[in-house]
Amino acid sequence: MTLHTLLDYETLRVAWWLLLGVLLIAFAITDGFDLGTGALLHLVARTDTERRIVINSIGPVWEGNQVWLILGGGAIFAAWPPLYAVSFSGFYLAMFAILFALILRPVGIKYRGKRDGLAWRRNWDIALCIGGAVPAVIFGVAVGNVLQGVPFVLDADLRIRYEGTFLGLLNPYALLCGALSLAMVAMHGASWLVLKTGGEVARRARSWGQAAAGAVIVLYAVGGVALWGAVDGYRITSTVNPGGPSNPLFKTAVRAPQAWFDNLAAHPALWGVPLLGFIGAAAAFAALRAGRGLAALAAGALSIAGIIGSVGAAMFPMILPSSRDPRSSLTVWDASSSHLTLFIMLVTALVFVPLIVAYTSWVYHVMRGKVDAESIAKPGGHAY
Amino acid sequence: MDLDIVALSRLQFAMTALYHFLFVPLTIGLSILLAIMETVYVMTGRPIWRQMTKFWGTLFGINFAIGVATGLVMEFQFGMNWSYYSHYVGDVFGAPLAIEGLMAFFLEATFVGLFFFGWDRLSRVGHLVATWAVALGSNFSALWILIANGWMQNPVGSRFNPQTMRMEVTSFFDVLFNPVAQAKFVHTVSAGYVTASVFVLGVSAWYLLQQRHAGIAKRSMTVAASFGLASALSVVVLGDESGYLSTEHQKMKLAAIEAMWHTEPAPAAFTAFGFPDQAARETHFAVHVPWVMGLIGTRSLTTEIPGITELVALAEKRIAQGQRAYQALQQLRALPPGTAPPPALQQAFDENAPQLGYALLLRRYVDDPLQATPAQVAQAAWDTVPPVLPLFWSFRIMVGLGMFFIALMAVFFVLSARRRLDRHRWLLKLAVFAIPLPWVAAELGWIVAELGRQPWIIEGLLPTAAAVSDLGAMTVLLTLVGFTALYTVLLVIEMGLMLKAIRQGPQPDLSPEVPLQHPVALNPPAQGASS
Repeated sequence: MTLHTLLDYETLRVAWWLLLGVLLIAFAITDGFDLGTGALLHLVARTDTERRIVINSIGPVWEGNQVWLILGGGAIFAAWPPLYAVSFSGFYLAMFAILFALILRPVGIKYRGKRDGLAWRRNWDIALCIGGAVPAVIFGVAVGNVLQGVPFVLDADLRIRYEGTFLGLLNPYALLCGALSLAMVAMHGASWLVLKTGGEVARRARSWGQAAAGAVIVLYAVGGVALWGAVDGYRITSTVNPGGPSNPLFKTAVRAPQAWFDNLAAHPALWGVPLLGFIGAAAAFAALRAGRGLAALAAGALSIAGIIGSVGAAMFPMILPSSRDPRSSLTVWDASSSHLTLFIMLVTALVFVPLIVAYTSWVYHVMRGKVDAESIAKPGGHAY
Repeated sequence: MDLDIVALSRLQFAMTALYHFLFVPLTIGLSILLAIMETVYVMTGRPIWRQMTKFWGTLFGINFAIGVATGLVMEFQFGMNWSYYSHYVGDVFGAPLAIEGLMAFFLEATFVGLFFFGWDRLSRVGHLVATWAVALGSNFSALWILIANGWMQNPVGSRFNPQTMRMEVTSFFDVLFNPVAQAKFVHTVSAGYVTASVFVLGVSAWYLLQQRHAGIAKRSMTVAASFGLASALSVVVLGDESGYLSTEHQKMKLAAIEAMWHTEPAPAAFTAFGFPDQAARETHFAVHVPWVMGLIGTRSLTTEIPGITELVALAEKRIAQGQRAYQALQQLRALPPGTAPPPALQQAFDENAPQLGYALLLRRYVDDPLQATPAQVAQAAWDTVPPVLPLFWSFRIMVGLGMFFIALMAVFFVLSARRRLDRHRWLLKLAVFAIPLPWVAAELGWIVAELGRQPWIIEGLLPTAAAVSDLGAMTVLLTLVGFTALYTVLLVIEMGLMLKAIRQGPQPDLSPEVPLQHPVALNPPAQGASS
């Protein structure tokens, strides 16, 4: 079988690097508003009916949205096995916290409405808030640490030794990224609520959404300046063989100030990516001010794509730099699956991702319209 | 047991996987039963079938929530706790997991929202399509997960690459159509169908005993008994296929399950009862049934099934081969980059590479496998024997339960055909008490499959002990306690809600129902409630 050589290894690696970005952005955009509504639950909804409106607004769609995360995990495992192995074991306790919080979410959404007790519902509300806010913050913290380099070393057998601590993850720059991530999902969640709800809930969502969009702009700007002034980047120092075997130890790399701006200097057009992050957030702010939920949602999605995309644009071809031993860093050219696996997975993704987008769009279309007190009170339905 | 990172990681995986599998079989089976019930509704137009679909759908939803939540943990913990495994086999093992997401889980999770929220927004056929999409999605999920698991049992279609120090795919087709994976898939989904059938049968029997909801209960029992009978037969037949394939691919697992300490003249006897003693390497109080084992294992009267002692001798030879592969690998890697290896060296590696994993078994006793003493080699060879006693009994209890399900389903199938479902109270009680049994059988089945693979994480390729992440034992203990606490609380809550929903029983179906003149007339496309 040589069908897979139709596409060379280098092209496949770049394609999978792009797809990795697409999956992360798709997760952040779709499940982002679910996480955001959870994080904002107590702020935008005070009464039980209001909270049920918020939960039911995401009720029919959040489950599908969350699969972007599961698919992201599976795709990283399949296409970038060393990335899967290093990041998930290195960020072990952080991953545990994310999983713990994410487990609370499906259960909370489904079970909250199954009993009437006040304490029962209040406890699930807290669980839903944790389930929305904690993963958002930790994902941001993780990205903040990736930008600074992660303290891991690969030995000759490519065994991973992680030399950092959980508390070490919580450094100021990473926390800044965590806050940015939380602001992002809060902005997006608020836009969703403006689109899907009315009355008091939508009114509160509008003001919280504007605050979040403002926070996105400020935090992203601070993050960018700090990346220039206070956070070192990494660059490869040996000749690169983009079609070579996936063994990170075959190269050398160094840590250097402003290395994360190499790509932007070489290709000034790339400045458009971070610019999209700012413009999208500003447009979301304006749309929220005007009470236009759909426009705010679209603008927020562009902002999220720009912000996540800018991390990729800055780091390419680095994926996961090692602060302890830059040679161990994982890059696009030495941390992928084999040529054959990348090809098979690409074909599968090209067949199924459009299908997924198609039927997901149909479900959103079927479930269109606002959720209000009347629609969740209807008998016989399965509203949460 | 002191705080050993391998033992703790295994314990955590076993706990989270067995817990996850408390919810999976019911999802797999009940989704199909819901689709069948709703199909009857759409074809006959009788509202009671819609009410049934909604009622069992409520129970499905309570179960599904935790299944999804705990499935997340499964997707991530290979990287968290088994990072060397993830590096070593990600090229092969990651693909089915990713395809599961692309092809199956997206379908299931996207349409499950419509199943619950779409009753008033979709035409009848439209909603039925959503329900079938959920059922197909959950069953396809099982297919891809078992392709991944089947590869751990029988690692086909792949080769070790010395440059990247990992296994890489050589034939995706072989991974996909791995006979072990295919047999496991049908066995596992059938077990899911039996679980759901026993569940529906038992809950319905309870309603009949209480003299409530007789209409729904009897119809549900008819569906469950017919579907359950076919599934129960399929579980046992396909389980037998698994056994037959084990003779070919996992001889040690089979020998351990049967506590066959020595090769016997063909056809081997089946040990129906006994207490295997791993230290003494014999089975106390054994009761043998002549011929049966040979027939099941080889489907012939003349083929021998190798016993444990003989397989250990084979493992010893493979360790020697593995050492040669290991030595050749070190020499290959010592070459300056870019130089072509001497043909003799390449040949030495290629010939012995399939047994490379056996050299890694020695790591338990010595850092450099080439320095192992003959005594250590012998010890490592005996390490290839999995724990016999738990395998022996888990297997027998599982098979016994499988036979019981066939009988149970057959009885209710006959009662249903003769319209006598509510005649025999003791049978109804039996059906109620049978509810937990499919879970027992399913969990024991996984124990047989996974404990029987030890000491390997991938049969013959990578020892479990070599696959763990470099984590502190206290760290893993912390998450083990954390998961256990969370899962325990959730299980209590889940059971509480299940029992509450069952006690409440089917709710009157108050959604607008268009009166029907013709059985197959469709609802006009419903207007969205607020759109």
